[in-house]
Amino acid sequence: MIETKSYTAKDFKSDQEVRWCAGCGDMAILNAVQKAMAEMDHKIEDYAVISGIGCSSRFPYYMNTYGFHSIHGRAGAIASGVKTANPKLSVWQITGDGDALAIGGNHFIHEIRRNVDLNIILFNNEIYGLTKGQFSPTSRFGQKTKTSPYGTVEHPFHPGELTIGAQGKYFARGIDNNVKLNIEIFKDAEKHAGTSVIEVLQNCVIFNNGAHSALTDREHKEDRTIIVKHGEPLIFGKEKNKGLVLDGLKLKVVTIGENGVTKEDILVHDAHEEDPILHLALINMRFPDFPVAFGVIRAVKAHTYDERVEAQIKEVKATAKIKNMDDLLNSGSTWDVE
Amino acid sequence: MSEKVVKELDRVVIKFSGDSGDGMQLAGTQFSDTSALLGNDIATFPDYPAEIRAPQGTVGGVSGFQLHFGHIEVYTSGDAADVLVAMNPAALKANMKWVKPGGTIIIDIDTFTPKNLKKAGCDEDPLKDKKFGDFHIIEAPISNLTQETLKESGLDKKSILRSKNMFALGMVYWLFNRSMDHTLEFFDKKFAKVPQIAEANKSVLRAGFNFANTIEALASYRVEPAKIEKGTYRNINGNIATAWGLLAAAEKSNLDLFIGSYPITPATDILQELAARKDLGVKSFQAEDEIAGICTAIGASFSGSMAVTTTSGPGLALKSEAIGLAVMTELPLVIVNVQRGGPSTGLPTKTEQSDLSQALYGRNGESPVPIIAASTPSDCFQYAFEASKIALEHMTPVILLTDGYIANGSEPWKIPAMKDMPVITPPLAKANDKDYQPYKRDNQRLARQWAVAGIEGLEHRIGGLEKMDITGTISYVPENHQLMTDLREGKVNKIADFIPELEIMGDEDADVCMIGWGGTYGHLISTMNELREEGKKVALLNFNYIKPLPKNTEEVLAKFKKRIVCELNLGQFVDYLRSYFPEYKYHQYNKVQGLPFTVSELKEVVTKVMEEK
Repeated sequence: MIETKSYTAKDFKSDQEVRWCAGCGDMAILNAVQKAMAEMDHKIEDYAVISGIGCSSRFPYYMNTYGFHSIHGRAGAIASGVKTANPKLSVWQITGDGDALAIGGNHFIHEIRRNVDLNIILFNNEIYGLTKGQFSPTSRFGQKTKTSPYGTVEHPFHPGELTIGAQGKYFARGIDNNVKLNIEIFKDAEKHAGTSVIEVLQNCVIFNNGAHSALTDREHKEDRTIIVKHGEPLIFGKEKNKGLVLDGLKLKVVTIGENGVTKEDILVHDAHEEDPILHLALINMRFPDFPVAFGVIRAVKAHTYDERVEAQIKEVKATAKIKNMDDLLNSGSTWDVE
Repeated sequence: MSEKVVKELDRVVIKFSGDSGDGMQLAGTQFSDTSALLGNDIATFPDYPAEIRAPQGTVGGVSGFQLHFGHIEVYTSGDAADVLVAMNPAALKANMKWVKPGGTIIIDIDTFTPKNLKKAGCDEDPLKDKKFGDFHIIEAPISNLTQETLKESGLDKKSILRSKNMFALGMVYWLFNRSMDHTLEFFDKKFAKVPQIAEANKSVLRAGFNFANTIEALASYRVEPAKIEKGTYRNINGNIATAWGLLAAAEKSNLDLFIGSYPITPATDILQELAARKDLGVKSFQAEDEIAGICTAIGASFSGSMAVTTTSGPGLALKSEAIGLAVMTELPLVIVNVQRGGPSTGLPTKTEQSDLSQALYGRNGESPVPIIAASTPSDCFQYAFEASKIALEHMTPVILLTDGYIANGSEPWKIPAMKDMPVITPPLAKANDKDYQPYKRDNQRLARQWAVAGIEGLEHRIGGLEKMDITGTISYVPENHQLMTDLREGKVNKIADFIPELEIMGDEDADVCMIGWGGTYGHLISTMNELREEGKKVALLNFNYIKPLPKNTEEVLAKFKKRIVCELNLGQFVDYLRSYFPEYKYHQYNKVQGLPFTVSELKEVVTKVMEEK
């Protein structure tokens, strides 16, 4: 049993003035993190919040925990070092679509591959905000931005797809304005041992306002999104009458009660399935053909990097002849000069 | 056995050379270990091609191992060889200009076929060339005799020929009156599970020894043991010594060692050695690139490890931005740069001192980093320890410069005792210290305290943005930026209060003072010693502390009439000295051939400066 103190979200707020633009989606994510952490089992000194560069990367300054605002793209590498050196810490990497997927793409795929026990919150607003409006690796094909005045000619990355490609064991998706869902995801991710990638769709009010509005629109959001839960059928819609079934190797949206479809026909979500095929299909569902999936899509157990590093040292030490530096210095071939 | 004629020598240079698959490194190592056990002083240097499998028989594929041993102290692996072993025409072609006049060349005559000569790019057989030079050539049918020796062994021809290096080694053992025992034991241990291979190598070794005895081609030599300080010794190369110096610092500071690195020639051995040291609790992180290497180390430093990253020139370039982050966040970090020929990929397996400017200036902004340089294979231990001590006690990244020559070179080393090493005391902040401020400094060092993530009551934020003095919050205040810039510079300068003063070697009233830094020490001191033996007045200043410079630098520079700064670059250190002490005149000698200096060229250069009016 871990000895715990009781915290409130306020304990996690630093004295620094929050300097994101009014209406920025980052504020809600910050609130969700602070609320979620207050409900977790760690002491406040055991949180380390590590960021790169970008609007979202200002995050650590607003947290009353250990924090490190590093350099562009490198949060993943720094966080990996923090966690490997001291595995008792709960390490949170705060990053954006540019920071994690452009300049930091290499670190992103490798931290996932290693399965370092980190929680990555990837703020995806599909634009460069801090440099004021250039396209990012997640900007949509053809999107007009300051550096693509005639539209981009690049294919975007989908963070979840990339996570699966890098052998990711955990992927969840949230959205800035759904604080309740985000808190649930953050708490779940923290419990998961290994790299947890949490993509949070986030609205940049200034440079890409409304990028996710199709999914937040009050009138339609329940028909356009689905919140997945492990062990529960993949049902969505205002009337809770739509669901997902497998049609060959593809997902298909069906309506319960139509064409003989019953609730029993609907796929039940299994986040723990090792085979990522269905998870990938859920990740890749896009509006308007499909509802966009939120919640914990994939959560598979596997040994973690930091835990294996510790274990290996323990194993080697148990039978090692060399116990200290003097032993090492005098090991192997030596000779005496009289 | 006939009576042996034995000549006594002070010191000898032997070079084993052959195809990169010919086992020259093993032959050389065996000879140097045997000589070390007999009490000779030794310096060795392996010289191998960058390509793992360069075309067989070509000059590009020649691998060599040079060793210098003596009954007087030796400081370098030697200029030119007294004995060259050339296992094929390419090896002869690549090395014959490095044999002393009158030197001995042992060749495997069986390899001197028209086909092999063509592969080596020889239009004619150099052995038949009248201008070949004044050498004592021993034409030994090494390949044939190796096959003859092992014809009953049951091994296939390819395996048999793999032990021809032992034939050559056996000959050299005879030539130098050496016992074969060490090598015989080595094979028994190494191939304990395949006695057939052990026996084959041992037979060929003896066959080579007996062949040299039989042909009595020339006198045998003896090199008496050196007068070496009492103690227990071992051979060590610069990379292993560096790894061990870092480990020693971790032990003395009571911290776990974390290394985040990416493999790169010629620094990889440090990562490999530390990866093997799980027995001492090392956490080694082989990163996805150079940047991740240093960034994981910075992260580990933030959470309380003694953090290290190791690299070579191009890798240091990639790490620049992150070094700046360590400067800004004032976290302890050791960056080891094993210099190689540059720019770009340059000459990966060759030595150079051309990363000094990069280490000094290769970052954005005012970004001071202490720089230390090691001088010999064994003192890499001491300077890796010192670099760590400074990083940890002064809360700063430190760059340790070594180079390919000392990293791969080896020498006997008197094993230090850990109890004699100084304790390292990093300024760790105490839990729940109400007065803790992230950027509050002590007066002596201007170092901030190290509040390791996970310590109760010291939660704080750091980062790459400019910090407010004391509190460490973000600050764009102009005067504060000036203050913090001055503090960072001042902190590094204050290290001068904690490092030894510069020592004058040789004559205080010298006509010429030689100046060098880092890995050229062996050649410079040998040059000084030889010139002084000839009655000339020469001094040497060897810099190990580059930034900051020792406090008495100017005072020492002022003592001499003439100064010559010798470097394996175009003058990076001399320019640095000029920037601090412009009132003095400096001669300079610069070489960028991927090769170390030779003592003979340095003697010539220094003599010339001496004679100048």
